[in-house]
Amino acid sequence: MGDTVQKIDSVPVIADRTVDEPSPAERARKRMFSHFGFMFGAIVLLTIFAIAFLAPLISPHDPLDQQLARKLIPPVWHEHAKATWVHPLGTDQFGRDYLSRLIYGSQISLLIGFAAMLISGVIGTALGVAAGYFGGRVDMVVNFIITTRLSLPVVLVALAVVSLVGNSLWIVIWVLGLLIWDRFAVVMRSTTQQVRNLDYVAAAQAIGCSTPRIIFAEIMPNIVNNLIVVATIEMAHAIILEAALSFLGLGVQPPAPSWGLMIAEGKNHMLFDPWLVGIPGTALFILILSINLLGDGIRDVTAPENRN
Amino acid sequence: MLIYALKRLSVALLVAITVSLLTFSMIYLSGDPAMALAGESATQMDIENIRRVYGYDQPIIVQYFSWLGHALTGNLGHSHYLKSEVADVIFQRLPVTMTLGACALGFALTLSIPLGVLAAMRPNTLIDRFALTVAVIGQALPSFWFALIMIFFFGVALRWLPITGSSSWMNFIMPSVALGYYITPAVMRLTRAGMIEVLSSDYIRTARAKGLRPIVVLFKHALRNAIIPVVSLAAVQFGFMLGGSIVIETIFAINGLGQLAWESILRADLPMMQAIVLVLSCFYIVLTFLADLLNAFLDPRIRVS
Repeated sequence: MGDTVQKIDSVPVIADRTVDEPSPAERARKRMFSHFGFMFGAIVLLTIFAIAFLAPLISPHDPLDQQLARKLIPPVWHEHAKATWVHPLGTDQFGRDYLSRLIYGSQISLLIGFAAMLISGVIGTALGVAAGYFGGRVDMVVNFIITTRLSLPVVLVALAVVSLVGNSLWIVIWVLGLLIWDRFAVVMRSTTQQVRNLDYVAAAQAIGCSTPRIIFAEIMPNIVNNLIVVATIEMAHAIILEAALSFLGLGVQPPAPSWGLMIAEGKNHMLFDPWLVGIPGTALFILILSINLLGDGIRDVTAPENRN
Repeated sequence: MLIYALKRLSVALLVAITVSLLTFSMIYLSGDPAMALAGESATQMDIENIRRVYGYDQPIIVQYFSWLGHALTGNLGHSHYLKSEVADVIFQRLPVTMTLGACALGFALTLSIPLGVLAAMRPNTLIDRFALTVAVIGQALPSFWFALIMIFFFGVALRWLPITGSSSWMNFIMPSVALGYYITPAVMRLTRAGMIEVLSSDYIRTARAKGLRPIVVLFKHALRNAIIPVVSLAAVQFGFMLGGSIVIETIFAINGLGQLAWESILRADLPMMQAIVLVLSCFYIVLTFLADLLNAFLDPRIRVS
């Protein structure tokens, strides 16, 4: 009788102790909200996404509308007679409203970054997980494919292919997606190698789970954090590459308001109107910075032990 | 060591063959290479002539082997646009790009290794935070935009440096910085991580306990081991930079391989495009092969696995 009483007494004590301890998810959330880079990146990136989605609603003018009478108006912060709030960021050499072009340009950057990242993510993850899980010959072949891909100069091959196949937005997306999967493959391969030797994978194999089931139900959930981190890096990479291709005149074609193209078009007027280059470049910088900070933040929040 | 080297060499050769196959088939992306070479105003006769002269009328496999055979003997084809041998033009331009790449790498290493070491010596202090900030900002700056900003400030506003050409060493300062800064974050992070790991190891504690001067411990014992992975990263990045110099050379009008590549792409000079991609890829393959060997030489553990 005394034993039972003691047992009943001891249960709430244990329960109390468990309640005090925050769950892993709660701790992760706490780390998330107190992580400067994560919050900064997430907020800025969400803002840019919102701007891209709401572009038709918030842009003051048509980004393609040319008004040669109003060309090269400087932004409002310039002490200049022509500066006006009708064109807060001024107009370019064809008299197109710069703010509207900047707003619509975010659509191009985000679309290319996202789509190219998805294509390369699918290719790289498939190769990397296969190599890491099966090992042996498969690993050798995948390693060979990765080495071959790495030895091809990305910018040069992308430029050459785009010039030969023709340049539309979707061709640029596919070319980039097919070229930048290497980091996905390398990281997913090593992460899968670590996970596949863990006990729960051995247990799943022992009870006779099928290989696809093990890969999708046991392996994938445990490598998805690393996958997201690589995805942010590659999205930023694709956006920079698109800007560079467009800057060289072989990416998105005029009159589309790609930020890289805006920099290229403003280059010739840089001497007297440096803001033509400064504004789209700053936008590009902020976008890449926020994606990178978000990626670093996700890594710190999900795996704080890997911080160094 | 010999077995390891032979293994690496065979993989490198296989990669080189695959790359040559990819480079060769690149020209078929446009559909008909003869049509692409002839241009828009060409007649059917012109196209047929080009097809015969370049050998595009033969079976693809024959074309590939004859191209590869010529490439192996140093004949990379003939550029009808420049009216000269592709190999001659490339080897005339290659030293400029190599100089640019070497300067850029030198700049990147002199900036990133000391920063990485300092950050590792005092982790989570102001210096570490500063180094991290430099890395984060460096990774987010598009190199072509950074180049334009430098041109505006140092070339146009202050008139300190020439903005185009490759005639003097002054011409190489801005392009080297623009090309090199992009790899500093990666090198700095690797140096920092390696140093942090090494500095907490037993032999460093022993060296300190023996009463060696901290500077000797830091440079002679710690940095030597932490730098091994940095060496191979630097080799790999050097290869990437040669490929990436196309953007920088175009901006600064540097007469190197990158600008040649861009011009060849714009005028659809297919033999030149193929040859440049092949040369840069092979250069990268050789670099990684040498880096692997150097790594295995410095760290015997790699040879065994």
